[in-house]
Amino acid sequence: MNRLLEEFIFKRLPNWMKLVNGGLGIDYPDDAAAIPIGEKYLVITTDSYTVTPIFFRGGDIGKLAASGTINDVLMLGGTPIAALDSIVVEEGLEEDVFEKILNSMFDIFKVNGVSLIGGDFKVMPRGQLDKIIITTVGIGIAEQLIADKNLKPGDKIIVSGNIAEHGITIYAEQKGFLEKSDLRSDVRPLIDLMIPLFKKYKNEIHAASDPTRGGLAATLNYWASISNTAIVVEEEKVPVRDVVKNYCEVLGLDPFNLASEGVAVLGVKSEVAEKILEDVHSIGYEDAEIIGEVREKESASLVIARTSVGGYRIIEPPVGEIVPRIC
Amino acid sequence: MKNPEDGKINDKTENSSINASDLKTITDKIFRTNQDLASGVVKIIETLWKNIKSKKNIERIRIMNFCGTHEWTTTRYGLRSLLPEGIELIAGPGCPVCITPSYYVEVAIKLSLEGLRVYTYGDAYRLPALKEIEGVRSLAEAKTIGGDVSVVYSLLNAIKDAQQNRKKSVFFAVGFETTYPIYALAILKKILPENFTFIVSGRLTPPSAEYAISKIGKIDGVIGPGHVSSIIGGKAWSFLPEKYNIPTVISGFEPIDVLISVAEILRQIDEGDARVVIEYTRATSWDGNELAKKVIREVFDVVDAAWRGIGFIPNSGYKLKEENSKLDAFDVYGFKEPNFNEWRYDLLPGCKCGEVILGKIKPTNCPLFLTKCTPTTPYGPCMVSTEGTCSIWARFSRLR
Repeated sequence: MNRLLEEFIFKRLPNWMKLVNGGLGIDYPDDAAAIPIGEKYLVITTDSYTVTPIFFRGGDIGKLAASGTINDVLMLGGTPIAALDSIVVEEGLEEDVFEKILNSMFDIFKVNGVSLIGGDFKVMPRGQLDKIIITTVGIGIAEQLIADKNLKPGDKIIVSGNIAEHGITIYAEQKGFLEKSDLRSDVRPLIDLMIPLFKKYKNEIHAASDPTRGGLAATLNYWASISNTAIVVEEEKVPVRDVVKNYCEVLGLDPFNLASEGVAVLGVKSEVAEKILEDVHSIGYEDAEIIGEVREKESASLVIARTSVGGYRIIEPPVGEIVPRIC
Repeated sequence: MKNPEDGKINDKTENSSINASDLKTITDKIFRTNQDLASGVVKIIETLWKNIKSKKNIERIRIMNFCGTHEWTTTRYGLRSLLPEGIELIAGPGCPVCITPSYYVEVAIKLSLEGLRVYTYGDAYRLPALKEIEGVRSLAEAKTIGGDVSVVYSLLNAIKDAQQNRKKSVFFAVGFETTYPIYALAILKKILPENFTFIVSGRLTPPSAEYAISKIGKIDGVIGPGHVSSIIGGKAWSFLPEKYNIPTVISGFEPIDVLISVAEILRQIDEGDARVVIEYTRATSWDGNELAKKVIREVFDVVDAAWRGIGFIPNSGYKLKEENSKLDAFDVYGFKEPNFNEWRYDLLPGCKCGEVILGKIKPTNCPLFLTKCTPTTPYGPCMVSTEGTCSIWARFSRLR
């Protein structure tokens, strides 16, 4: 995926085409892009959502699309104000299914004060896509950008909640292993968490992301490489529920590689890390933890975990499709 | 516990009492997250190693494992970074996917493209063949051009699916002694749907261990595979101390298990002892699982068999007995496995997986490692399976 982006997009564009007026674009690809307007920034993001099954425990593709859009705007420091949607459905999709998906998308936008100001709708012949694809554009306003390239040695890494909940739920649903477990997707917009934090700590939060595809491993590796640092994580501090750990072990998966859809990862100034953590807890994200810190890189921008028995291992960015182990 | 000095109850014991709510995590706490215990065992290892070095005037020992999951535990928990300089943990032929001959993969691809449904474990899904079949090299690639390939977790998933779709189907039965009792049992109990066949590529671990030792010269200790041994028993490994004087510990798969096994090997070296010790007593006995061994014997013969990148190893493979040949995909669909004389080296040019599998070199000694051969674009079989040594090293362990 990264290779395709690099080869077919990034390499082919001249630098001026990658950003506008000194804002943020695909010169440093982040959760969203930004264009400076006066003293502020217009924050814009786009994403296409596909998921199998379209209804899963804890949500559906509509809720996923709305939450993901809002979260991507938030993670660059923006307050989401509007969205557009472009929906393509497979011929024959039942109307009540479509209505249910739209309702859950509208509900999330409504509750979070985001207007839906435009969109597009198309139907494609049966068999040419899998039920439905939702593409969204999210728009927000930021006073200050949180660009992940600004992560600095000494910063602490905070995770706002239990990781891998969405990824393991979808995987277990696909493979028919969900049954009686209490697994459910964590998909949710993080507006209640992020807006108060920006207001209070606008200079102290250096990086923010939601660890969706590729999970925490992908996010931290990206941070390390874009900010030219190394990141050391205490593995025991990373919040993962036991049921998720157990499912991962049985299915041969690594929770570090699995997606969250309702978790924020923050890189914050170390002096205020404990205070921010307290605030995150008091907002209601009780499972949040400080999981590690940023260091000067030595040879390469690595992410290193101190394991539960005190050894060290490298956390690689996940590659390819998720394939389980044999034994 | 009472303190003998003053007769008071010792606080520490009181604090360490556990609640019902701890039951779910207590196993983890003992075997996996117990840093005190881990550093205690590491101290024992350090002391023994110091003794051995001064007593025997050696600077380096090599301990080999024969199970992909041991290598996984070693790298996943960073155990190499905990051990003192001079103690080397090396990976032997412990990944059933890596040693599956290319020919078997080629047959599986062909069958998938001819309209049969091929069931495979996730690990073998991306395993590349030497030869291209209709432009593709793996089952994963075959699927992209219309091959019918289904990734399953067990034989039972496959049986259920085959009963529903009633297609001709074939199960790519990659694995060691651990996975074979289930195939044998399914055959004996006659629960297989019609037109269900196997590509039998099962291999036996002790013959390959002996072969590896004969090829790389003396190794100083063996961490024996716990799950394989739960089937074949600890005694299957007694040739190691008896014939080669190698201390051998059948180990469990948690980080503490592996550290204890290393310590026990060092203890034996220090005391000039060499025997098979079962550390993994919670699952493995001296005799193994008699029922499992019996059903395998009833259904399969043990034959000389090819190992990828290595060649033929005597008495190291399973083959369906004559009376079960209608379940053998090779027989049913007219493929003939290359014999000893026909076997050709089945790794791509430059690939050093054969030497990695035998523990002759480390992945980092291969010029292709993380240059031409990466987890996204695997060139050799060891980079494919999550149990493959190169794949494990690529993901976890460039620290040392």
